[in-house]
Amino acid sequence: MGLLSPIAALGRNVLSALAWVGRLSIFAAGTVRHIFTPPWYPREIWHALLTIGWLSLPVVGMTAIFTGAALALQIYDGSARFSAEAVVPQIVAIGMVRELGPVLGGLMVAARVASSVAAEIGTMKVTEQIDALVTLSTNPMKYLTAPRVLAATLSMPALVAVGDVIGIMGGYLVATQRLGFNAATYITNTVNILSFDDVFSGLVKGAVFGFLIALMGCYQGMQSGRGAQGVGKATKTAVVAASVLILASNYLLTEVFFSA
Amino acid sequence: MIEIQDIHKAFGPKEILRGVNLSIPKGESMVIIGGSGTGKSVTLKCILGLVHPDKGKILVDGKDVEKQDREEFLSRFGMLFQGGALFDSLHVWENVAFRLLRGKLKRPKKEAREIAIEKLRRVGLTPDVADQYPAELSGGMQKRVGLARAIAAEPEIIFFDEPTTGLDPIMSGVINDLIREIVVEMGATAMTITHDMTSVRAIADKVAMLHGGKIRWTGPVSELDTCGDPYVHQFVSGSAEGPIEAVR
Repeated sequence: MGLLSPIAALGRNVLSALAWVGRLSIFAAGTVRHIFTPPWYPREIWHALLTIGWLSLPVVGMTAIFTGAALALQIYDGSARFSAEAVVPQIVAIGMVRELGPVLGGLMVAARVASSVAAEIGTMKVTEQIDALVTLSTNPMKYLTAPRVLAATLSMPALVAVGDVIGIMGGYLVATQRLGFNAATYITNTVNILSFDDVFSGLVKGAVFGFLIALMGCYQGMQSGRGAQGVGKATKTAVVAASVLILASNYLLTEVFFSA
Repeated sequence: MIEIQDIHKAFGPKEILRGVNLSIPKGESMVIIGGSGTGKSVTLKCILGLVHPDKGKILVDGKDVEKQDREEFLSRFGMLFQGGALFDSLHVWENVAFRLLRGKLKRPKKEAREIAIEKLRRVGLTPDVADQYPAELSGGMQKRVGLARAIAAEPEIIFFDEPTTGLDPIMSGVINDLIREIVVEMGATAMTITHDMTSVRAIADKVAMLHGGKIRWTGPVSELDTCGDPYVHQFVSGSAEGPIEAVR
């Protein structure tokens, strides 16, 4: 018995993880169904677009500008070892648009949005507001989950696009002001290196990350346990799970777009 | 008429309801009493479909609640939650008119607001409260708003979950009187769960006592003090001595 107990514990954890994946998949499928079927709540969608998209702009912008700036310095320093300093604009542009823009933006939005959505819905559950919605003939999945997931899926690509531009701008500022690059050449090199696929892949990643962020916030909020501890745990789990899912799906999407 | 037939419900190994049977005739005000954790709220949530019973049947006007169209079924109900359960992000009037702003009972916004203000007035709140947020109100005012929301769509059946919990005795009296007046005025079937004996005497036509997952006693409120059931007697008198175990 003692010999088998680690295996039994492993089995329990695997089963528990599979059950979590199953529950989340059912929740995700239900959410997608509710996004495409009436009734819709335009006011809720608009409010979610504002809180998830618009109000995330400062944090995404700040992340992007410092990342772009640091990236330019790193690339310049690294490429100097084989006398290839001229590639700074190209690598900053590709790095920001393909990877750092969507991933870092996604992680920052996950920290901001998944936590607030999970805490808000978790508190609503604890204070019986979700039950109240049901008794008022309103489906909580339609009223709470669908608008948030739709808003995050739509607004994340826009945030990524803005982040890309600001990130490239950060690299441009460092390169032209600190590293002695010519401004016109820097912009020309940046524009010339970027292809449609680079930008498109980043925007698709943004949409997928937005979907995952809001989904995890809503799911953990709905699953929240009782009291402050329950809501706190739901909030923490939402951020951690959203972050891990962003990184995992980023790898998968990169395989899909660039493996050939 | 609401008929609860042999309802069982367990959460994990913990059996909460062990065969609850209860009838509430149309237009009657039934109050369920019982200690904390005896399953009063679970019973109520089973009727509304918020909790699914493991066994048993619940009939409303002879129809199984599980087999009815959910929206239509729920449109017949109003509920006052223990903590009010008001939506923080909405104005008071939007909370009250929630049901009138969407779904099958949807009305024009102006009309819904007018109805909300009328219902707020009915529960003793002035129209200026309508544009405030729930967080700006006191506990008693939030209860009143919850009550206004419960009656906004003029439901046939109203549930009250611990309507006086957390209120001072005067505000409790006001809420009790309001509930009684509204139920009589609307001719609604009412079901209240509470352990406040003042509420019981003010609101109830009939009383049922839930203990050990079953209905221990049921009868008219006038017989509450003379029914001879030791459990009811201990609960009503609030005595620590008796068949109901009191943890000290």
